[in-house]
Amino acid sequence: MTDPYEGPVVLPDDPSLGPDVQVDYPGYRSTRWRAPSRPLATLPEELHALRGPVFGESTIDPLDNDLTKQHDGEPIGERITVSGRVLDDSGRPIRGALVEVWQANACGRYHHEVDRHPAPLDPNFSGAGRCLTDDDGRYSFTTIKPGAYPWGNHPNAWRPAHIHFSLFGRAFEQRLVTQMYFPGDPLFPYDPIFNAIRDPKSRELLVSRFDLATTQPEWSLAFEWDIVMRSTPFEDEHA
Amino acid sequence: MRITPSQTVGPFYSIGLCRRSDEILDPGGVELGGRLLDGRGDPIVDGIVEVWDPAAGSWGRSNTDGEGRYRFRIRPDAVVLEAHVFARGLLRHQRTRIHLGDTGAAEDPTLVALRMDGGFVFDLRMQGDRATLFFAS
Repeated sequence: MTDPYEGPVVLPDDPSLGPDVQVDYPGYRSTRWRAPSRPLATLPEELHALRGPVFGESTIDPLDNDLTKQHDGEPIGERITVSGRVLDDSGRPIRGALVEVWQANACGRYHHEVDRHPAPLDPNFSGAGRCLTDDDGRYSFTTIKPGAYPWGNHPNAWRPAHIHFSLFGRAFEQRLVTQMYFPGDPLFPYDPIFNAIRDPKSRELLVSRFDLATTQPEWSLAFEWDIVMRSTPFEDEHA
Repeated sequence: MRITPSQTVGPFYSIGLCRRSDEILDPGGVELGGRLLDGRGDPIVDGIVEVWDPAAGSWGRSNTDGEGRYRFRIRPDAVVLEAHVFARGLLRHQRTRIHLGDTGAAEDPTLVALRMDGGFVFDLRMQGDRATLFFAS
């Protein structure tokens, strides 16, 4: 069924929304029948301090954080490292957090049966990784830079290049799924998913920073990106 | 520090998330299943439901199938499961609760699982008259 929405794909900025994403953002058409319609209830207070699942080292395989070494050959594309820290909103590290990532290949194609973009698949790239944060809350992945790709949201719709991130902290409420973008992407002003965060300062939090200092000479470009989740009683504990 | 905003899981999350074994919280347990439905009553075939049984310390994740159906194997005497829902078109995950045991404690009638065939059925509706109650978190 085609939705009748004829309005703008991207709405003007509204800084009052802060870090909240507008879940019923009309320019992202799939939100129309999927965004929750009932007002949200207040979560019982004691549940804010409920512990969540703990994912130990047994969850992780040694090559899980190097997406360029999961096959016999090397994937095509610009080799990059993406790293940063997972912190609470007072700056304390969230240790032992499970970080899962998935992404398109260098041509903008996902290794997924539903993706019909006529760009080549790369037999040497699955595009998925995972790791646990260390005692400083630090994570790191080696991968290739994903390509932009078209989607069917509106005429000539393209997603800016991005890497999907999923995070589990110590508390059950420390759960985040988001997307990391690359600095200076020309597609930013046209993307309704990125702009559903209507505060421009909050949107910027999803854009990684190119880092020459950790770029490895003759080997890989480095991007840094920190992730901040709300504080809980558990950040002072050691992993 | 400023909180990092959420974005949708998109349609391709299963390459990074979701393994089959993630649906088993208790191998000898009973089935908890149901459908994830959009505002037209159509199945959401690219959604994820995650549940956490805090009393047992067991967690699970199920991606919905072609009929919008998720399924778990859970402890028969679980009282309440804490849950998160994700989908393409959902820019932020939604937080809810599934009451199985002491259903009088449920915050809302939409949060009570039905007993059926030795297991439990719990449908999730994003919109409409019987829309599931979600919590701000």
